[in-house]
Amino acid sequence: MNVAILGATRGMGRAVARRLAERGDALFLLGRDREELSRSAVDLEQRGAALPVGSAVCDLERPAGFVTALAQAEERLAGLDAVVVTAAQFATQEALEANAERTRRLLDVNFARTVEFCERARERLLAGGGGTLCVFSSVAGDRGRRPVVLYGASKAGLTAYLEGVDHKFHGEGLRVVCVKPGFVKTSMTAGLTPPPFAGEPDAVARRVVRAIDRGTPVVYAPAIWRWILLLIRLLPRAVMRRIGF
Amino acid sequence: MAKQPMLSGWGMIGRPGRELRSEDLAAVAAGVSLTRGLGRSYGDSSLPANGGAVAASPLADRILGFDPESGRLRAEAGVALGDLNRLFWPRGWSSPVLPGTQHVTLGGMVAADVHGKNHHVDGTFGRHVRKLRVLLANGRVVECSREEESELFRATLGGMGLTGHILELEVDLQPIPSPWIWSESERIAGVDEFVAALRAAASDWPFTVGWFDALATGEKLGRGILMKGRWATAEEAPAAAPAPKRRLAVPFHFPGWTLNRLSIWLFNTLYFHKHPRRPRAGIVHPETFFHPLDAIRHWNRIYGRRGFTQHQCVLPEHENPGAARRLLEDLTGAGGASFLCVIKDCGEEGEGVLSFPQPGISIAIDLPAGGGIQPVIDTLNRRVRAEGGRIYLAKDTFTRAEDFRAMETRLAAFEEIRRRYDPQRTLHSAQSVRLLGDAV
Ligand SMILES: Cc1cc2nc3c(=O)[nH]c(=O)nc-3n(C[C@H](O)[C@H](O)[C@H](O)COP(=O)(O)OP(=O)(O)OC[C@H]3O[C@@H](n4cnc5c(N)ncnc54)[C@H](O)[C@@H]3O)c2cc1C
Repeated sequence: MNVAILGATRGMGRAVARRLAERGDALFLLGRDREELSRSAVDLEQRGAALPVGSAVCDLERPAGFVTALAQAEERLAGLDAVVVTAAQFATQEALEANAERTRRLLDVNFARTVEFCERARERLLAGGGGTLCVFSSVAGDRGRRPVVLYGASKAGLTAYLEGVDHKFHGEGLRVVCVKPGFVKTSMTAGLTPPPFAGEPDAVARRVVRAIDRGTPVVYAPAIWRWILLLIRLLPRAVMRRIGF
Repeated sequence: MAKQPMLSGWGMIGRPGRELRSEDLAAVAAGVSLTRGLGRSYGDSSLPANGGAVAASPLADRILGFDPESGRLRAEAGVALGDLNRLFWPRGWSSPVLPGTQHVTLGGMVAADVHGKNHHVDGTFGRHVRKLRVLLANGRVVECSREEESELFRATLGGMGLTGHILELEVDLQPIPSPWIWSESERIAGVDEFVAALRAAASDWPFTVGWFDALATGEKLGRGILMKGRWATAEEAPAAAPAPKRRLAVPFHFPGWTLNRLSIWLFNTLYFHKHPRRPRAGIVHPETFFHPLDAIRHWNRIYGRRGFTQHQCVLPEHENPGAARRLLEDLTGAGGASFLCVIKDCGEEGEGVLSFPQPGISIAIDLPAGGGIQPVIDTLNRRVRAEGGRIYLAKDTFTRAEDFRAMETRLAAFEEIRRRYDPQRTLHSAQSVRLLGDAV
């Protein structure tokens, strides 16, 4: 499979890229830092990715570069089967409330810029006859919750977009995979106390790769979060106002 | 109030502290007193002294290059040995040194200058390391090797993280004829016989180690199983690469009473008698041979919440014949009960200023922590001092500073280099406060 990944240098993106590499897939990396990209490219080559693993700079905050970056990916891979987006910003609710500029950037990157990037990716994939668009949203987007008001809102918007784009373009051969990670132990969540059911990036990556292969539209990872969120969605507002979850 | 976060080594004796984890190790290590890897050292080597934060390397785990001509690997310090095994054994390469568990980082293997079953021929891991990229206490990043900053290089091999934060390293992997092991094993009647058998096997076998029973008494003291091995030739080996082993897990901490003299005696006796009287030979999975304990995840939980420690020392047996037996007799005398003790002969001393191995016999003894542990450790250390041996810092929790200083004749040389690179001793661990007298 030929896969372009935005966000493969760190966290869950790194874990997904490694899973794909170990089965010999061809990868092209997109990210902000050229040096980081080439270090990750070597790592993935050593882990079994088809040689060579190429990369190009692509920053969610600079949408002008999206088209060129995706074109480069398609050209170097000689065809694109899937585009994976794991890049996103994260900050705690307290940190965001204390900093309006940071809030603006997070909402912008996690929603508007990510959607914009997905639109360019969708166009490319459809122009090539179809393919898979796999995007990391979050369980935080499933219901407004006190600890993730702003982050959750950015992900709720993204989830809604991914569902709509699936409905509209499924018939033309676009497969959309919306990944909703629960709490996963990565550097993004490093400062936080892990709740029960916290997942490991590698286990999440395994589920994600299976979802990409099968075109599963929504995947919770670890799987238990699907049931947790089902419950959360059923809780009355009066309860949600009180609990800290 | 939130619960105080705790950290511990493999021995599960907790201390206040927390980890800073990031793919960017240099960013989180800047300004903290210590970097740790996967926390497989038993005691307080990887723990902060003052309950603060330490950097943790496991997310900094990229392979940065491999040259299939020379076998030279460059990697970030957090790469786990298990990852390396999985990726490189099938390609015909192995880490030159494999400690008893593969859940260690390359940085931890450098910092403890680890040894394996091949110490008598291949020395410690440090012998095969070519270059280190180190973040110093003053914030400077330097590359050191045998050619540049060679003193820093030598002090960092086995330096237990006290000279700098290891960010990256270069090490020469060894070519292997197949990823499988040809192994032979046999019963050994007692500790003196063990010393002789290890010596006899040394010239024919690259890998040797023994497991012995320290509860058997009299003639049988130190009886056990000697294992010898070599990489299987391509003709001997199964066609398929060895699949990574599935692991069972100990799901929770056992109650404290499960491990007692009786259960340990039973286990040791069964383990000894499970091996047939006659030598056994055949092909074995490399993980089974090198990392047998990894088959059971969290096996340390069998010790319960009190935790445990390991006392590992090396005794110059050739200078003082009978030293190993005297150590076991002292252990029995002090009432220490240990299951599955490990015995191994060591070869030449390495370059690391504070590296553990020296020529002689190494003995490792697991002991439950709690009430009576200190007098047992003190007894063992008295013997180690008397025989001219030394202990392994990566396993130690309870040694007293005066015993350590008496054993460690190289300490002044180490401190001298440390003074040059970190005069304030900004870098320290709970262990270095305990044994080297670092102030918190
Ligand atoms: C079951 C078992 C079997 C073992 N068998 C053997 C054996 O056969 N031979 C042997 O030699 N050892 C053995 N060990 C000990 C183990 O190999 C060492 O303790 C090793 O250092 C652990 O690596 P780690 O990544 O877990 O490091 P940690 O335990 O996290 O740290 C160990 C030390 O290394 C330092 N350190 C770690 N990473 C860095 C870094 N990036 N920069 C600077 N300092 C760093 C820490 O500060 C600490 O002082 C065994 C341990 C276990 C649990």
